[in-house]
Amino acid sequence: MSNTEINEIEELTNQEYKWGFVTDVDSDTFKPGLNEDVIRALSAKKEEPEWMLEWRLKAYRHWLKMEEPKWPNVTYPEVDFQAISYYSAPKQKPKLNSLDEVDPEVLKAFDKLGIPLEEQKALAGVAVDAVFDSVSVATTYKEKLGQLGIIFCSMSEAIKEHPELVKKYLGSVVPPSDNYYAALNSAVFSDGSFVYVPKGVRCPMELSTYFRINAANTGQFERTLIIADDYGYVSYLEGCTAPKRDENQLHAAVVELVAMDNAQVKYSTVQNWYAGDKDGNGGIYNFVTKRGMCKGVNSKISWTQVETGSAITWKYPSCVLSGDNSIGEFYSVAVTNNYQQADTGTKMVHIGKNTKSTIVSKGISAGFSNNTYRGLVRIGRKALNARNYSQCDSLLIGDKCGAHTFPYLEVSHPSATVEHEATTSKIGADQIFYLNQRGLSTEDAVSMIVNGYCKEVFNELPMEFAVEATKLLSISLEGSVG
Amino acid sequence: MSNPTELKNWYAGKFKKFEESLNGESMLSIHETRKAALEKFLELKFPTLKDEAWKYTNITPLFAHKFEDILTVKPSIKGVDAEKYLFDKKEFYTIVFINGVYVPELSDEVNEPGITLCNLKTALTKYTEDVSLHIAKFAKIENSIFTALSTAYINDGVFLKVKSGNTLSKPVQVLYVNSGGDNLLIQPRNLFIIGKNAQAKVVESYYAEGESIYFTNVVTESYVDQNGVFEHIKIQEESEKAFHISITEIDVEKQSKYSSYNINFGGELVRNDLNARFNGEYGHVTLNGLYLTQGIQHVDNQTLIEHAVPNCESHEMYKGVLDDQSRGVFNGKVYVKKDAQKTNAFQENKNVMLSDFARVDAKPQLEIYADDVKCSHGATVGRLSEEALFYLRARGIGQELAKTMIINAFANDAVHSISIDEVRRRIEDRVAVKLDKQKNEND
Repeated sequence: MSNTEINEIEELTNQEYKWGFVTDVDSDTFKPGLNEDVIRALSAKKEEPEWMLEWRLKAYRHWLKMEEPKWPNVTYPEVDFQAISYYSAPKQKPKLNSLDEVDPEVLKAFDKLGIPLEEQKALAGVAVDAVFDSVSVATTYKEKLGQLGIIFCSMSEAIKEHPELVKKYLGSVVPPSDNYYAALNSAVFSDGSFVYVPKGVRCPMELSTYFRINAANTGQFERTLIIADDYGYVSYLEGCTAPKRDENQLHAAVVELVAMDNAQVKYSTVQNWYAGDKDGNGGIYNFVTKRGMCKGVNSKISWTQVETGSAITWKYPSCVLSGDNSIGEFYSVAVTNNYQQADTGTKMVHIGKNTKSTIVSKGISAGFSNNTYRGLVRIGRKALNARNYSQCDSLLIGDKCGAHTFPYLEVSHPSATVEHEATTSKIGADQIFYLNQRGLSTEDAVSMIVNGYCKEVFNELPMEFAVEATKLLSISLEGSVG
Repeated sequence: MSNPTELKNWYAGKFKKFEESLNGESMLSIHETRKAALEKFLELKFPTLKDEAWKYTNITPLFAHKFEDILTVKPSIKGVDAEKYLFDKKEFYTIVFINGVYVPELSDEVNEPGITLCNLKTALTKYTEDVSLHIAKFAKIENSIFTALSTAYINDGVFLKVKSGNTLSKPVQVLYVNSGGDNLLIQPRNLFIIGKNAQAKVVESYYAEGESIYFTNVVTESYVDQNGVFEHIKIQEESEKAFHISITEIDVEKQSKYSSYNINFGGELVRNDLNARFNGEYGHVTLNGLYLTQGIQHVDNQTLIEHAVPNCESHEMYKGVLDDQSRGVFNGKVYVKKDAQKTNAFQENKNVMLSDFARVDAKPQLEIYADDVKCSHGATVGRLSEEALFYLRARGIGQELAKTMIINAFANDAVHSISIDEVRRRIEDRVAVKLDKQKNEND
């Protein structure tokens, strides 16, 4: 590697995390520790009904019996679950009615993040639910959505106001006993978003949640539940940031999507949790369970993710295609740099007839990072004419990083057509040369090539997010030449 | 039915008797290797579905049998016509085993300058130094309980050494025919050493007469020194009730070339592990495989290619045709270490399912720690292409023939590069016969 290249890579590794500020908000935080009393207190704090508490306790008792999974291709010191505080909320009045009541400091923080709630309300037409530490602080556009019968609110509100829906669907896709972190989340989740799109309604705007971990030593355990009833459609965006801290923080979320007959759910994530400094200190552990259930016929669930942050990412947004003719999609760009580790991918479980799934995964590793694609495509005994196409490409930048592909194909029906393709390579010298020749600096050339490489996925993102994702990508890879 | 622990004790318990049968040979240094392996065998556990490498292959059926090592039961070798499985005697060196017992009358022992070919038992006493220098060095007992079991009972098999600069004038056919005796444990142990600038071709073949239940546990070690060229074909056509577990370890040095063709027709529960390592630059490894399964056959192929040094190239092509309730498993891993720049590694696994109840589990994996590499893998599972069928039928070819043609062409990809014509033809014929059989059964 030439000197300039080394310099450029150094530049890249020195890149600051610009969302790393801490907001000085008076917050109401639980002492670290986890036991049944903490869960009771949490539930009481949120004024939850008895059944919810029981549900949590059941999940907690199950969690105690489980073991932390060791199979992901990541290494990290053991998480001390007793050192985490399971509840942190900005000190506020018990209930917020409008944005004016939100703590100005919190609003300022969101402003800095580039999600001016007010402005977006007026201009962008995006309804935003903002989750600060563990509690949802503001939901915009609620009334307008309400007119259409769409419910878009925080999870705690939904538990109080729409218990029948929550009872019916919560845990129906990701049961509390599903895995270690899902069980933990089920026991201690503090808030999240809830969306219900009634029959025949097409949600006219993008719904969005911004997650932010602010307080130290807290874990964020949000729970999102999105239901699209027959012929419903909703597109949902999720963004995440956290302050720079030396210690690792845990983020263990659960997202459940349900699509009934002919319904569509599109879920997009731009994940930019703090990834740790260039020596790999600090950063968020992002251990997330995301799963969508295509319950009805002709339903469709689509996951799009751009993963640039987190010290460790461990997530597999999945689709269970149980309705006939249902469709599952997964588009992912995962970028790792410095000492980041990502083990991400998807699961497509084909159960119904004529089900289709598409997987496009683009991994980019730089620095000392490791980037793993792990995916499962399972064609069940009764999944007549199932179709899957998977493509996983990895790009390596620098010779200290790793890129891995671990696909699992389990096919039990001969009418299925399952294809998997994967390639691993670096940016070709000839490609860079070509662009150099046309007057582009090496840096711009790399950025251009990488963007082109990710285009397939970015095209799936809603416009505002696509712009943000492109920006994020060029920032995180600025100056690196393979 | 016994449990894994009981079975382990059963196999280990035969060791005393085995030792006695060795007479004075237990004084050889190899016996220390055996003893260490026995200890390891007792220490290791039989794999379960929870072990990632055995996720799709359940070996519990193995526990239902108490197989008797051929060393302790001395099976009969009479009444078996091994010759019909042999290729042209003039064109091949042959080494023949019936029920695991060496048959000198049908075998060639070669001891020319530069070339040593004989059964392993002979080599253990005659070429002790050569054998002990290499045996159990490539197949590590700690890696698999089956390697440990094999190593504990190292006794017979094939030994081939081609010294530097020599070329084996004819290919070797190693023939294992198993017949009659139920409940046999046969543990062939093969060692192939190809010296610098040396060349050799070996066809390792397993056939069965009748439908007996037995267990073949074979370990093959191949070492190809600098500039060596080694072509290794394995044809497995065991009884459809047999267990066949095979571990092949391959070490290739600088600029050497190794090609493997792993052909599977028989066996009820089959597991092949092939592990290839590049020890020097500019090496070239090809791992091809073909499996045609029917009934309740289960064939599991695992390959690992370790690119430890730069500038090496590997190609893999595994093809499967599955009928009835059979299952095919493919798990291929390409591992590129940090300094293995300029690696080219290509892997493909393709499966065709002919019945509604067949199942395929594929796990092609890339684990890459170097940036200047070209690696790809692909896996497909599907049924016969309707379009291709239509094309042929539109040209007046009957449904069945069209099917056979397509499958033949499909299977051919994995074997067409075999350089010994007779062997390739034999395999192609077998594919046709087996497909015919499948067809007739379906009618």
